[in-house]
Amino acid sequence: MDLDPILLSRIQFAFTISFHIIFPALTIGLSSWLAVVEGLWLITGHKVYQEVYKLWVKIFAVTFAMGVVSGVVMSYQLGTNWSGFSDSIGSVLGPLFAFEVLTAFFLEASFLGIMLFGWDRVTRGMHFASTVIVALGTVTSAFWILSANSWMQTPAGYEISNTLLFQPTSWMEIIFNPSFPYRLLHMVIAAYLTTAFFVGGIGSWYLLKKRNLPHARIMVGMAMLMAVFVTPVQILVGDLHGVNTFTYQPAKVAAIEGLWETQKGAPAILLGWPDKTEEKTKSLLEIPKLTSLLLTHDPEGEVKGLKEWPKEERPPVAIVFWSFRVMVGIGLLMLATGLMAIYLHFRKKLFDKKWFQRWCLAMTPSGFIAVLAGWFVTEIGRQPYIVYGLMRTAQAASPVMGRHVLLSLVAFVVVYTFIFGAGLYYIAKLIKKGPQPFLKQDDIYGSHGLNPPVLRYSDA
Amino acid sequence: MLDFSPLLDLPLISGGVIAAAIFLYVLLDGFDLGVGILFPFAPSEDCRNKMMNSIAPFWDGNETWLVLGGGGLFATFPLAYAILLPAFYIPIILMLLGLIFRGVAFEFRFKSKGKMHTLWDYSFHFGSLAAAFFQGVLLGAFVEGVAVKGRAFGGGSFDWLNAFSLMTGIALIFGYALLGSTWTILKTDAKTQEWARKSALYSLLYVALFMGLVCLWVPFLNDKLFVRWFTFPNLAYLCPIPLLTVVTFISLYKSLAKKQEAQPFILAILLFSLGYLGLMVSLWPWIVPYQISLWQAAANPKSLSLILIGVFFLLPITLGYTAYSYYVFRGKSGHHYE
Ligand code: HDD
Ligand code: HEM
Ligand code: HEM
Repeated sequence: MDLDPILLSRIQFAFTISFHIIFPALTIGLSSWLAVVEGLWLITGHKVYQEVYKLWVKIFAVTFAMGVVSGVVMSYQLGTNWSGFSDSIGSVLGPLFAFEVLTAFFLEASFLGIMLFGWDRVTRGMHFASTVIVALGTVTSAFWILSANSWMQTPAGYEISNTLLFQPTSWMEIIFNPSFPYRLLHMVIAAYLTTAFFVGGIGSWYLLKKRNLPHARIMVGMAMLMAVFVTPVQILVGDLHGVNTFTYQPAKVAAIEGLWETQKGAPAILLGWPDKTEEKTKSLLEIPKLTSLLLTHDPEGEVKGLKEWPKEERPPVAIVFWSFRVMVGIGLLMLATGLMAIYLHFRKKLFDKKWFQRWCLAMTPSGFIAVLAGWFVTEIGRQPYIVYGLMRTAQAASPVMGRHVLLSLVAFVVVYTFIFGAGLYYIAKLIKKGPQPFLKQDDIYGSHGLNPPVLRYSDA
Repeated sequence: MLDFSPLLDLPLISGGVIAAAIFLYVLLDGFDLGVGILFPFAPSEDCRNKMMNSIAPFWDGNETWLVLGGGGLFATFPLAYAILLPAFYIPIILMLLGLIFRGVAFEFRFKSKGKMHTLWDYSFHFGSLAAAFFQGVLLGAFVEGVAVKGRAFGGGSFDWLNAFSLMTGIALIFGYALLGSTWTILKTDAKTQEWARKSALYSLLYVALFMGLVCLWVPFLNDKLFVRWFTFPNLAYLCPIPLLTVVTFISLYKSLAKKQEAQPFILAILLFSLGYLGLMVSLWPWIVPYQISLWQAAANPKSLSLILIGVFFLLPITLGYTAYSYYVFRGKSGHHYE
């Protein structure tokens, strides 16, 4: 039996990174939000904020742990499965990864300990500072890893010496490569929105169940603020991101739009079915000239179709086309949620309408789905290249045997499913238990686990 | 662009940094993996809680040194990273899976009761055990060297598996158990501490046995190693290492017998340092043993220059707040709770 190690490595990489990104999408947003909640508590002194913090910091801890263990896997996989890639681009991207570890991972990890367990050991100010530092750490980590990923999409500031070895010529150009600013903004906002809809959904569930009402109002209220003010920004950034991609990766945009023929005044196909064999998209619903207008700011502008590229240079079309519509669809649903919230707010009914609570509950996982769909567009749309236009994915693979990659892939699927199931179960349990009042006066934050980290066992 | 290569021997310095990062990893994650290895043998549930709590605030920071070791190797010696990781595909994946099981156990264990609680206890134990064992196997296989073809790994998928690497795998389990038990002596008291002291004693005996075995075995792995250790004048320069090791063993044993609290941990660290020093002497100047030297595998000097600036400014800060976090959680797991 001949197993293709390249295909299997791709599946394994796609699986493990898709699993990993679910957790950063929540930890980036949640840590910033927790910092705000803790700040509000310190300023106002209201116990509700403290109780909200205490509930969510536990959920944060579970998510963070899963983010860390799946992240460590990622950092080794670049070598185990893509050693050709590591060898070629080590001199260019290596420093970015090193800086991520030095500026972000250590910071997150060390202050996380204080954030979770340091409640009765440091001052309130220091604890707040730890939360803020963890939040900064997660964003810094996003900065470096997205810079590296963007470089693979839009390489800059390099030269290629003999046999595909990339050498740096300008760090500024490498780090701030053309697609990086858009990708960083788009992803960080995506993480914030994911968190907002997750927190808002859980808050709505409490409202529906008529329990923990003061806490639920804080969760829903803050989530809706994000939905109202940040969703439009995300849509705008996404649009600019698309225009940038049109400049640097026109084949990806052609796949996103399902365009086969180069045309002037290209329509936007809202719904349709791109057919690879017939090389055309069966369009069900389209708006004339919209694609040209959005991408070139001219209704008659020219947009390249997929037929401009030979077949083996085209990315897989259907999955890119559909993932993009899922992401944009969710973006529009988020926008709609924000509008409903404004309407209800001015009628003073934001926390009272059952239909709206059900709607928000249904939107709980929306951010995660949009994030995954967005990454599918980005990553699959750049195929068949690993470094766009310069290095093919096939050149990147490791000299390992297909059957061992298959085994490791199966192991990851089994282990991740189990761990993910357990994590979800514990998060659900925490949510069901809900925010807890504080029993003791001096119990500043309450205990983290079954036992505080420092125990008072008389015997043992 | 920034380039220090006319002034400094960049590959040499980078090699030093990577070696230091890996060493710190071995010490720091070593003691918390060690706690996991000893975990089910603790006399009571209370002891286990104490042990777990003594490392819960630190494990993530400790594991980050592994990311720095791996990520740093990728950044500074991409060729070595590209050869070694595929060569050790299977043990690396198994080590990572072990780390997953033990990493999530911290959070999950605190949140469950009854059977599930026990399940996460085992997940913590076997995860730690697997991670330690496969790290030891990796070490052994690394010392033995790998086959290289062009710029890639050229051997078979199971080259890493043999008597020597299995032996180093088991040896590291006991080594980490020694670190873990001396850490537990430091961080606990009463029954837990007494039990930890006994565990440390047992571990120490096994560590002595395995260190002796390694000393007898390594020089005969290949001629280069033999020549390095057993010819004059090397023999004279290098003999302080084994001598100091013997002295450390004896002091550690005495310190345990005297029921000291902090000294055993410090001496265990010293023991690891001497072993590591011996290892570096054996491997110098290779990054892929006996095939590719530090200088052949190094990244572009501009990349190394940038990384070294980062290391120069950021590593001291990192060490500073790591020390702060150990300071915040100082003292026994048993006394300081109000
Ligand atoms: C947009 C953000 C983002 C993206 C695209 C990635 N990560 Fe990640 N990663 C994070 C954002 C993040 C984070 C927010 O910083 C995490 C998540 C939870 C956590 O503990 O930190 C993290 C954790 C994390 C860790 C554990 C750090 C520790 O020990 O504390 C490693 C080693 C990696 N990641 C490595 C990677 C690699 C090699 C990736 C891609 C190939 C990757 N991450 C994609
Ligand atoms: C975190 C969100 C990300 C997601 C969800 C994601 C998703 C994917 C998917 C689905 C593939 C498979 C594409 C295919 O083979 O058809 C892939 C490939 C890949 N991605 Fe990403 N990716 C993410 C971030 C990153 C980052 C940050 C990097 C590195 C800096 C990266 C590097 C790669 C590499 C090396 C491959 C394998 C080669 C390839 O198939 O192109 N990805 N990713
Ligand atoms: C509704 C309007 C939106 C538009 C027009 C839009 C546009 C885009 C485009 C064009 C890309 C691909 C860029 C490339 O590969 O070069 C992308 C990627 C992505 N999108 Fe969106 N997006 C929208 C909404 C959202 C929402 C609501 C989320 C999540 C909450 C989201 C999350 C992502 C992510 C995570 C990526 C991959 C990372 C990246 O390349 O930035 N997007 N988006």
